[in-house]
Amino acid sequence: MILIKNAQLVNSIHDKAEKVDILIVDDKIEKIGKNIEENPDKMIIIDASGKYVMPSFTDIHCHLREPGFEYKEDIKSGSRSAVAGGFTTICCMPNTNPPIDNRAMVAYIKYRAREVSPIEVLPVGAITKGLSGEELAEIGFMKEEGAIAISDDGKCVMNANIMRNALLYSKDFSIPVISHCEDTNLSEGGQINLGHVSTITGLRGIPREAESIIVARDILLAKETKAHLHITHVSTKESVRLIKMAKEWGVNVTADTCPHYISLTEEEVLGFNTNAKVNPPLRTQEDVEALIEGLKEGVIDCISTDHAPHHKDEKNVEFNLAASGTIGFETAFSVLFTYLVEKNGFELGKVVELLNQNPRKVIGLPPNVIREGQKANLVIVDLKKKWEVREENIVSKSKNSVFLGKLLTSYVETVIYNGKILKKDGVLNC
Amino acid sequence: MKHLLGLRELSKEDIIKILNLAKDMKTILKSETKKTPHLQGYSVVTLFYENSTRTRTSFELAAKFMSANTTSISVQTSSVQKGESLLDTVKTLEALKTDVLIVRHSFSGVPHFIAKNCSFSVINAGDGMNEHPTQALLDMFTIRERLGTIEKLKIAIIGDILHSRVARSNIWGLSKFDNQITVFGPQTLIPPYIENFAEVASSLEEAVSGKDVVIDLRIQLERQKRGFITSKQEYYKFYGLNEGIMRYISGSTLIMHPGPVNRGVEISSEVMQLPNSTIDEQVTNGIAVRMAVLYLCTRKEGIYR
Ligand SMILES: [Zn+2]
Repeated sequence: MILIKNAQLVNSIHDKAEKVDILIVDDKIEKIGKNIEENPDKMIIIDASGKYVMPSFTDIHCHLREPGFEYKEDIKSGSRSAVAGGFTTICCMPNTNPPIDNRAMVAYIKYRAREVSPIEVLPVGAITKGLSGEELAEIGFMKEEGAIAISDDGKCVMNANIMRNALLYSKDFSIPVISHCEDTNLSEGGQINLGHVSTITGLRGIPREAESIIVARDILLAKETKAHLHITHVSTKESVRLIKMAKEWGVNVTADTCPHYISLTEEEVLGFNTNAKVNPPLRTQEDVEALIEGLKEGVIDCISTDHAPHHKDEKNVEFNLAASGTIGFETAFSVLFTYLVEKNGFELGKVVELLNQNPRKVIGLPPNVIREGQKANLVIVDLKKKWEVREENIVSKSKNSVFLGKLLTSYVETVIYNGKILKKDGVLNC
Repeated sequence: MKHLLGLRELSKEDIIKILNLAKDMKTILKSETKKTPHLQGYSVVTLFYENSTRTRTSFELAAKFMSANTTSISVQTSSVQKGESLLDTVKTLEALKTDVLIVRHSFSGVPHFIAKNCSFSVINAGDGMNEHPTQALLDMFTIRERLGTIEKLKIAIIGDILHSRVARSNIWGLSKFDNQITVFGPQTLIPPYIENFAEVASSLEEAVSGKDVVIDLRIQLERQKRGFITSKQEYYKFYGLNEGIMRYISGSTLIMHPGPVNRGVEISSEVMQLPNSTIDEQVTNGIAVRMAVLYLCTRKEGIYR
C-alpha cells in the first residue's frame, strides 16, 4: 500500500488542483480523499505537501535503438530514461537494424520490453519494407502483433503514390500513419535551418518548405483518403497553418511537436554545437511562437519527445558528420513547464493533457486518469524546483541533450506505474 | 592569440594589430634573405582536406620565412570518412608535438571543432562556406595599403555570396570598420537575411557604381549542375566584370579577386590588367598577413591570452 499525502491533484485542464490524499492498493487507486488514515506499518507514506500529482506521461515518438544500435540506447536504458522523465507508455520508432517492418520484429520488441522494461513499450511499425519508401510493409500483420501506428520516421515517404496507398491501406486496420515530413530534394545536404544562422555560420540550410510542402501533400492525401494522418515533430509556422486549415476542412489529421521546438531556436547552433543538430532543424522565434499558439488552440494535439540518443563519438565530430537528434525524455516535462506554463501562461492541466490524454487519443488508447478504481499510473512533481541539465545526471546511455547547461523549473520526483514505485524523490528504483 | 578561427569573433583592435604587424612582415619579404627567427623551434602543420596550392603555399612560405619546421598533410575527405576520424587525426598531431595547425576543410566549423579538442593553435585556412579569415585580412591589408584606410569605404562584393567563405570573412571583418557593404550576384547565390549585414544591389551597375572597392568572387562552375547558375557565358554577360561594366567604375576603384580567376567568367583579362586591379599584389600581401597571424598565434602576449 502506498499513501500519498497532501498532493495537489491535476488530471486535466478541467481540474482545479485540489489537495487530497491518494491511497494505492496493489496496482490500483483505492481511495482519493481528505485525511485518509495513515498506517505506517502497512503503508509506504509519501508526503507530497506543496507538490503536484498528475497522470504519468505517454510519448508517441521515441527511439530506443534496439536492436542494432544498443551502444546508443536499448529498451531497458531507454525505458529507465523515460521513467526518469515521468513517462510510463512509450512508442518506439521502427528505424532500428533490422527495422521493425514485419510481424516478427514487432513481436520481438514486445517480448524484449516485457523482459527488461518496467513500463509499457509500444512498437511503431514501418510504412514500407526496409524503410525504403518503395513497397508497403505488412501493416495488417504488424497491427495484429501489437504495432500501434506505422511510420518511416527518419525518412520521408517521398513517393506520393506509396504514401497515398499507405493511408488507404491503414484504414482497413484503423492504424494511424505517422508522417516524418521532409522533402529530401530540398533538404539534401542541409545541416540546420536555412536562415539567419545558416548565413552566419556557412552551414548549409534546410528550407522550411522542405517540411511544409510534405505537410501540405500529406494533408491533401489524407483529405482524399479519409485516413488518419498524424504529423510528427512539426517545426514551422507554415506547417501549423496548414494543419489548422486541414482541421477546419475536416481532414482526419493530428499533430505533435517536441519540447525543443517550442523552446529553442536556430541560435543554439552558433558555435557549431552539434547537440543542437536535430531533424527537422531548430527554427526561429516566430516558429516557436506559432507552435506555442498551435498548442494553445489545439491545432497541435500533443507533445512527443523524439528522444533520439546518439553516442558521444557521433556528436563530437565535424558538424556535417554529426548525427541528428537530441535525447528528450528526462527534460520534457520541465521544458514544457518552464516554457509553456511559466513563460506563456499555459495552465498546468493543459500541459498534463499534452503529455497524457492527447497523445493517447492519437494512438487510440484511453487516457490515464487518477480516479478511484483506476490503475495507479502517476507522477509527483515539484513545480518549484530549479535544476540545471547536466551530463552526469542523465539516465539515458546517451548524453546528447540540446538542453545541457539550461536551467529548468519543475522536476518529476516520483513515478508510480501500476502501483509500483519506479522513481522516488528523484532516485530511480527500476 | 591562441587561434584564428574567423573574423566574426575577432575584435576591431585585434584586426588592426594583425594588419600593423603584417606591414612589418612585408618589409621582411622585401629583404634579401627573407628569413627571421620568430618561429624557430615551432612545428607548423598544414592539413588540407581540399586542394589549394595557393593558400597552402602561402602559409608554408610564411612559416618558412620565420624559420618554423613545416609539414604538410593532404587528405581526401573521402578516405577520411572511411578510415581515421578527424578527432583521431587531431590526437595524432598532438602527439607529434604540433604547435600550430593550419586547416582547410569543406565543412563549416571544422577549425572550431579541432580547437575545442586540442592543445595546439588552430588557424582556419578556409572552412566550408563559413570563413577564410586570412584571405579577408589580406584583402583588408591591401585596401589599407592602397587607399590608406579601411574605414568608411563603399565596398561591393560580387558573385557567389552564398557559398563564399571569402565573402563572409570580408563582410564580418569590414563591417567592424564602418564600411558600407553592398553585395550582388544571381539570386540563387544570395543567402537569406544577408540584408542584415550588407545592402543587396539589384543590378551589377548599381552594385559597382561609386564604389571604392569591388571584390569579385570566384565562381565554382559545378554550381551549374545544381541549378545555381545557368552557363559561363550567361554568368559573364550578367554578373562578370567586363569592359562594359567599367563605365560604372572609376579609375581609382580597387578591383580585387581572391583567385584563382576564371578568366572570361568572373572577370575579363583586360579588367584584370588595369592598374587599379590588385590581384597579384593580394597574393604577396597574403604571405605578410599569414606571417603576422603565425607570429601572434605563437605568442603568449598575443590577442587571445
Ligand atoms: Zn522524424
